[in-house]
Amino acid sequence: MPIDFEAPKPITQAQFMLKTVGEEMIRPKSRYYDEHEHEIPWDYIEFMHSAMRAMGGSSLAPRENGNGNDKEKRPPLGYQLIATQIESLAWGDLGFYHCLPGGGLGAAAVFAAGTQEQKAKFLARFNEDKPTFAAMCITEAGAGSDNSAIRTRAVLDEKTNEWVLNGEKIFVTGGDKSFTEYEKLGKGFIVVWATIDPMAGRAGMRAFVVEGGTSGVRVVKLEYKLGIRCSDTAAISLVDARVPFDNILGSPTVENTTTGFKGAMATFDATRPLVAASGVGVARAALEFLKEKLAENGVQIRYGLPPQKLTSIERDVIDMEIMLKSTWLMVIKATWMADNKKPNALEASMSKVKSGDVVTKITQKVVEILGPLGYSREFLAEKWFRDAKITDIYEGTGQINRLVVARQILGYSGKELR
Amino acid sequence: MYAFEPTEEQQMLMEAVGKYAKNDLRMAAHEAEERGEMPQRLLEKGWEIGLLQASIPELFGGFGERSTVTGVLAVEELAFGDLAGALAVLTPSLFAMPVLLAGSQEQKRTYLPQVAEGKWSPYTAALIEYAFDFDPNALNTTATLKGDEYVLNGEKAFVPFAKEAEFILGYANLEGGTQGFILPKGSMGLTVIEEREKLMSLNALPLYRLKLDSVKVPISNRLGGASGHDFDPILASMRVATAAAAVGVANAAFEYSRDYAKEREVFGVKVAQKQAIAFMLAEMRTEIESSRLLTWEAAWKLDQDKEDAFTEAYLAATGAAGMVMMVTDRAVQILGGHGYIREHPVEMWMRNGRGFAMFTGLAIV
Repeated sequence: MPIDFEAPKPITQAQFMLKTVGEEMIRPKSRYYDEHEHEIPWDYIEFMHSAMRAMGGSSLAPRENGNGNDKEKRPPLGYQLIATQIESLAWGDLGFYHCLPGGGLGAAAVFAAGTQEQKAKFLARFNEDKPTFAAMCITEAGAGSDNSAIRTRAVLDEKTNEWVLNGEKIFVTGGDKSFTEYEKLGKGFIVVWATIDPMAGRAGMRAFVVEGGTSGVRVVKLEYKLGIRCSDTAAISLVDARVPFDNILGSPTVENTTTGFKGAMATFDATRPLVAASGVGVARAALEFLKEKLAENGVQIRYGLPPQKLTSIERDVIDMEIMLKSTWLMVIKATWMADNKKPNALEASMSKVKSGDVVTKITQKVVEILGPLGYSREFLAEKWFRDAKITDIYEGTGQINRLVVARQILGYSGKELR
Repeated sequence: MYAFEPTEEQQMLMEAVGKYAKNDLRMAAHEAEERGEMPQRLLEKGWEIGLLQASIPELFGGFGERSTVTGVLAVEELAFGDLAGALAVLTPSLFAMPVLLAGSQEQKRTYLPQVAEGKWSPYTAALIEYAFDFDPNALNTTATLKGDEYVLNGEKAFVPFAKEAEFILGYANLEGGTQGFILPKGSMGLTVIEEREKLMSLNALPLYRLKLDSVKVPISNRLGGASGHDFDPILASMRVATAAAAVGVANAAFEYSRDYAKEREVFGVKVAQKQAIAFMLAEMRTEIESSRLLTWEAAWKLDQDKEDAFTEAYLAATGAAGMVMMVTDRAVQILGGHGYIREHPVEMWMRNGRGFAMFTGLAIV
């Protein structure tokens, strides 16, 4: 297959459809949910769930997710298509993208680290009548980017053959919709990262599927945030929470390996370009809005002129377009590699580094250039500025991703480059 | 369908070009830059790879078909070896490629076999002018139709191999648009300034200024013939070539400084083990990747005649010019004091790097 930049049809179709969703369903409600934090956009959730089912999928998870048919091959478009969908939804509103029902990061973890039986058991639910969520619980008060410092314990009760979990997780994106039982939602789950042997470091790290409503588990807090306010960010406590033995992802014994930890990291290789895609969506929204306002005011961008002849605004817009276009290409390349089973740890992290940078720079610059129009809550530019920042923080901060990139290009281990 | 893998044929070509770039161009680069001379054998060896010849159809003396994507892949490899060498080897393209893209059938039949069939020989083009706000779409050199010929007036700068060139493709402003004119050696009124241009880099590439004082050009020598040609595709092909060269130079600087940082000890560890350095390298690699992809996409769009291909070529070249300055500057910074010493190539790449803001016109694919 020669070098090719033609977007395949399913991708252009998705872009077309989701643009309408963005314009008709999301944008008109964007401000409301920004100002009514913790309210849930039910209409949108239900609409998207049935729309996605009508399209034959249930969530933004690779095709083989959820249908339990392991023989079906993932189409080579899987992650590229998901990235496109995420970019389009985030163009509508980044918080609304997080309210998209489906497996999210929780399902991605099961997908990356689970057995075939576990995939069949846990992922089927996203295809059912009610919209359903899943979430990933890694971060703790004392373990953010350094997630090998996780303190949540999992101890096997051999009498009942259950894992007993204790600890407290924070910053769980979608944790409330995944765990709390809502009438309008199907039963979701959270994937909790815990250690089965605190002395073993990374080798003791495992992920556990904890079903929604499990007793001993409680959403103790919903955060109030700078942006993406329509996406819930939960703190979840686990006190003697009991989970069936088979809910552990990966091996139940501590071997002298770090497979558990690597499971989490493999998930990131798949999901980092997707987060990067969401950043591109926000950046594109902001840049398009700026160009619209400039055009309304008679400001044309004269492409092709030497920079010496351009105005400062023109140079800024051109720089932003360069950043935006090339970031999107990095996302597409990283997901194309994932779809074609090529190791993409470097490209995945590079796309995330770039996107985190670009979306913060673009949204900041757009507000700056628009002046009072940018700063006022009359328009959405200021909201996108606030929303954007999270892209450079979650799923590995820009700095963590630089570390991953650096280790890759230098051939260093975590010990050699701390 | 998105895909990011060069074809087998392209990979073989890249390998051949890469070998030449690393073993020949890179090895000779330091001395060539210091002495201000490009060894003729290097040009001949590079010419034998057949980059230009492979872009010209058999009908016109070549053995292939032009592909902008293949072109940018090859230019990146060449420039990775040495920029001055890459530009020198490719100089005949400056003349031949616009003829191929925009020439009349007669011009193609006349000139392309001459260029393609022989050894490397100096055919060249003159686009750049000596102005701070040089704009290839608004040239100061003018062409005026007088009777059955055009009369050209003005000055040109940075013209590679102008002194020896059999033919120079000179660009001039005709009624507000840029048009090419084929100027044979010794045309009346065409003066090549004897003293070579002295620039911040590219010492090994012989560059000259031209004076055009009422140079008379028959209508048949207007590129494209009497009706002329569209300049946009030529400019866009120059821009993607320049962008690809910038990516090549940046990658050379990145790899050199990365390898140095892995060798050099500081406070008991390798300097690359310090995040301050490792993060710089990570950002350099990221920006190279982003520029490379934009360049590929622009080249692909040119091949596919996409509506926004010319704009994208402009964006790719503008982006790459900024990227290569950032990357080469950091490469010098990573080597510290050693980076400032001419024994290491990074200072030369940094000097190359600044030039990309004004090199459009020195390469084409």
